[in-house]
Parts: sequence; C-alpha cells; structure tokens
Amino acid sequence: MDKFEAAFNEIIEKELKVEPRDWMPEKYREHLIRQVSQHAHSEVIGMQPEGNWLLRAPSLRAKQVLLAKIQDEGGHGLYLYSVAETLGISRQEMIEQLHTGKAKYSSIFNYPTLNWADIGAVGWLVDGAAITNQVSLQKTSYGPYSRGMIRICKEESFHQRQGYEIMMQMAFGTPEQKEMAQDALNRFWFPALMMFGPHDKDSAHSSQAMKWKIKIESNDQLRQKFIDHTIKQIEYLGLTCPDPNCKWNEETGHYDHSPFDWDEFWNVVNGNGPCNQERLDHHKKAHNDNKWVREAAAAYALKTETQVA
Amino acid sequence: MESGDKVWEVFIQKKAGLPFKHAGSVHGYDKKMALQNARDLYTRRGEGRELWVVEASNIVAVPLDEADAFFDPADDKIYRHPTFYDIPDSVGHM
Repeated sequence: MDKFEAAFNEIIEKELKVEPRDWMPEKYREHLIRQVSQHAHSEVIGMQPEGNWLLRAPSLRAKQVLLAKIQDEGGHGLYLYSVAETLGISRQEMIEQLHTGKAKYSSIFNYPTLNWADIGAVGWLVDGAAITNQVSLQKTSYGPYSRGMIRICKEESFHQRQGYEIMMQMAFGTPEQKEMAQDALNRFWFPALMMFGPHDKDSAHSSQAMKWKIKIESNDQLRQKFIDHTIKQIEYLGLTCPDPNCKWNEETGHYDHSPFDWDEFWNVVNGNGPCNQERLDHHKKAHNDNKWVREAAAAYALKTETQVA
Repeated sequence: MESGDKVWEVFIQKKAGLPFKHAGSVHGYDKKMALQNARDLYTRRGEGRELWVVEASNIVAVPLDEADAFFDPADDKIYRHPTFYDIPDSVGHM
C-alpha cells in the first residue's frame, strides 16, 4: 500500500472528507460518478411531472410556489452536476449518458401526475423520501457531495411542506377532493418506498458504498425511517395507508410493511414505466431545441471576451 | 466540454464585514452570463450581497504531491502562538 492509499483509508476510517484532488481508488471515483450523476439527472427529470401542472395550478399562490420548487430542483441538478465534474466527468458527457440510457434517474419520475392531488403526493412522499436519503448523505465521505447535500437539504424542506399543505387542502376539502387525495396516496405509496432501492441483502453496490462511507445508512434503514415518520402524517390527514400490513410492531419498534413488487420496480427502471419514453424524449427535445442558444452564446463570448479593455 | 462553455468558481459575501466564501461552481459562456447564472443558482434566498465569479482554470493551487513539503515550515514554530509565553496572571489580561 503506498502512502496515498494509506491516506485515503485513514480519511475514511476517521470519517474525514475526501477532496477532489486527493488520491482515491478508481472504483470509489466510478461509484460516485454513477451515484451523483443519477442523483443530478433525477433532480432535472423530476421537474417534468411537476411542470405538467404549472399552467393548471388552482391559484396564483399555488403556481408561484410550484414554480419556485421546480426552479430549486433545476438548481439542485446543477449543484450535483458540478459535484460530479470535480470527479473528472463533464456535464456534456453526463447528458449524453442520460440520452443514450447509460445513466439512469430515479424511476419514480416515470409515473404520471394525473391530477392536482398528485402534486401534493409528489411533494409530500417523493420529496419526503428524497430528503430522508439526502439528510443521511450530508455525512457522505466525498467533500463536494456532502457540501451539495447540506445546501440541498436546506432548500428542500419547503418542498415537502408545500406538498403536505396541498394534501391537507384536498383531504379536508370536499368528499371528491378527499377521494383524489386518497387515490394519489394509493398510487405513490409503494413507488415512493421503492425509491430507496433494493433490500440490503440484494444490493451489492450498496454494501461497498457503505464501506467507503459514501452511503451512511442502508436502503432498508432509510426506508424504515421514512415509513415510521410518515404514518402519523397519513393519520392526521384522515387517509388510509394503502398497505393493509402497515401496522405498528411492538417487538421491532417499527411499522411493518408488505413485500414490495420488485418486478414492477425493475420493469420501470429498465424503461417500461408509463412515462419513461416521454421523459427522455422531452429532455432530448429541449436540449436540441436550445442548441442555437448555446451556439449564439459561444459566438458572443468569443467576440466580446477577447477584446482588450 | 461543449465549445465556449466554461466552469466558473463562485464566491459569495453574505454581508458587509464578512469574508467572501466559496459557494460552488457554475457554467457560463462569458463573465456576465457566469454572474447571472451564479445569482440564479446560489442566491435565490438572499444568501449574499456580493458575488465573485472566477474562471476555474485561472485558480492556482499547490500541487498535491508537494503539499506536505509546502506547508511543512509552519509545523515547528510553536513560538508563533501566544500560549508559548509564560506571563504572570498578576499583570492582567494580555
């Protein structure tokens, strides 16, 4: 073991931070690039299901809030692309990998947002699950990723609250609105829980990532934390958890849950969800439609920035 | 990287009297765009009253393999710290 590897191991062992120019194992770098670019793509693709309701928001206030939230998601994508860039991959390469399917994004965004209650459920459950994961990642061993997560968590806390506010308005509204809220919960509950990824026993990447302290808590630990937090929020709304087995377990001190439908999960990851094609097509179209803007910006910069004052 | 696209490092001063602090990086094709992008990305909630952007390629850093030797001269000069000196309590705060 050379002195660089020893220094890296010491950083991990003492829970210090690895910085971009420090020596790191190639596999550590690769794992981070994959995880951070997937995280970045998820933020950016996640703007689409919410953007779907921007022009149909029920009030000016709701529209302003949703617009601010979507703008944050775009910003979070950019923070994360910057984090990945410190590891030696360019943003352009990452976007190419998204377009060819080499890089993934969270499969939750391949579900449609059918009505306004879905926007509530996305903010409450999808952002809630993401925040549970991101709070844990604030302690990740890679310095720039940790700093990005701290920033993101600070900004995200309003996202979940705005989602829950919509759920309260719907659940305490007319019987039809309450029904819509229940329907949104029914459709998003299991996909939100599967956002945490496969069970620990089935997750090879995950255990290595925990040895390197890229991840601090396992998929199952984070998922359980999220379930335990969320049940009382469901109860407050007067809604019913769609999982009949979701009951308090005295012995474990946690809520139980039914087995998940992993076939559906992998089916969506592998491109066969209700909106996979639509999400990617839209991203490609926006990227290609804006090509002239990038070209114009490059030409303008060439003309103006080279002039000597 | 796409032609003309550059990475800039972003520094923010939260309020007068505080030092500028590195916030992260941003893409931009020219100085003005880099500043505007940095504003939109890093100061959406009043995080700053002043903003610097510096092209990342213009930052000069100590080569990593020289860092030990580079900072070494500071390690053995404990007389630069106030605790090195014994001063009697009776003279008061110093």
